[in-house]
Amino acid sequence: MTSIRVTETPLVTTVLRRADDALVLGHRLSEWCGHAPMMEEEMALANMGLDLIGQARALYTCAGEAEAAGHDEDAFAYLRDERAYRNLLLVEQPNGDFAKTMVRQLLYAAFADPYWRAMMASRDATLAAIAAKAEKEMAYHLRHSAEWVVRLGDGTQESHERTARALAQLWPFTGELFETDDVERAMIDAGIAVDPATLRDTWRQTVSDVLSRATLKMPEDAYMQKGGRSGRHSEHLGHLLTELQYMQRTVPGATW
Amino acid sequence: MSESTIDEATAPSAESGEGIRAAAWRVAGAVADPEIPVLTIADLGVLRDVRVVGSGIEVDITPTYCGCPAMSMITMEIELALEKAGFGRPKVNTVLSPAWTTDWMTDEGRAKLKDYGIAPPNKGSGRRALFGVEQVACPHCGATDTAVIADFGSTACKALWRCNACREPFDYFKCH
Repeated sequence: MTSIRVTETPLVTTVLRRADDALVLGHRLSEWCGHAPMMEEEMALANMGLDLIGQARALYTCAGEAEAAGHDEDAFAYLRDERAYRNLLLVEQPNGDFAKTMVRQLLYAAFADPYWRAMMASRDATLAAIAAKAEKEMAYHLRHSAEWVVRLGDGTQESHERTARALAQLWPFTGELFETDDVERAMIDAGIAVDPATLRDTWRQTVSDVLSRATLKMPEDAYMQKGGRSGRHSEHLGHLLTELQYMQRTVPGATW
Repeated sequence: MSESTIDEATAPSAESGEGIRAAAWRVAGAVADPEIPVLTIADLGVLRDVRVVGSGIEVDITPTYCGCPAMSMITMEIELALEKAGFGRPKVNTVLSPAWTTDWMTDEGRAKLKDYGIAPPNKGSGRRALFGVEQVACPHCGATDTAVIADFGSTACKALWRCNACREPFDYFKCH
């Protein structure tokens, strides 16, 4: 089926960015189904993925209402090409080993938890309501991933090294969390969105607390990768979307 | 769903608007959570409003968790229950605001959960510290010497705990 063309207003773009973060990270976590290191983690990873995909559904519906072009949640998820996706580069990074998945979850949740908490004061009632759900869910994701990062970092030499490596690999993608552009600025000024830059200190505090318990060194901020918010992605998103969209692209409109 | 509810509802035209609404509320409210069948959606606080609109019934429900797969099932069950009870053209809306919290669960619902072997959510869904420890009483023996096994259980709303006194594992309905 041919891709949809989204008419991006500041509101639509702002909401799609969050929806895409949630869908792509939720999809990544779903890739663990059947592969988790133990039964409890199988359930935890699937549950966290489900939370995120649920957030994405509500946000896509909200974006569809804002765009008013008849696009529903499925159209946004299944019928947009890689360049139309607006998610952070961080969330599309491959799962790697369990340590990398947990570090990625920590880096995202340490941001998303305070982000949604602040968004509860949004002037957009729908966004505020979604935020009230999402902030509670992200608090659980944050705690769970933080506990694992501490356990792995402060574990064996092998687990420490792997967690440190994951942190080094993912760190260059954290700068993008706090990026703001003119599109989003309009929504921030209108009291509809929160300025992500204002959450940087909270994020650093949380991450540094967890890393110090995990006996891991906080990486230095060096060159930061960016581009996801405007559709310039790493090589990994295309592969992810190929799997996610396969059915609707092959058998357009299939339902079951 | 009790027999009396069906009887009252089979002749909705004979009743006042308020009577119809109350009867429809009882029918909709009696729909069970597909994952925790001892709880009705009224016990959970998921049922928010029932309105008579023209000759049909409109029901508002609010989702528990964003990704709770039971919500679409609950929607279908409500429509089915209302149709079976003689209400025409039921329509179920999902309302996001205000967001559902476990504080909306009724005391009756909490008691049913405990009898079923699931520890009910602690009241006051206030924020906990990142590494905070929660106190959850064992639903089997009542002991408070318990420990968490896994923060994510068999459904989105539950965590897996273990009682150190009676050694039984149990589900805890997480605060939300």
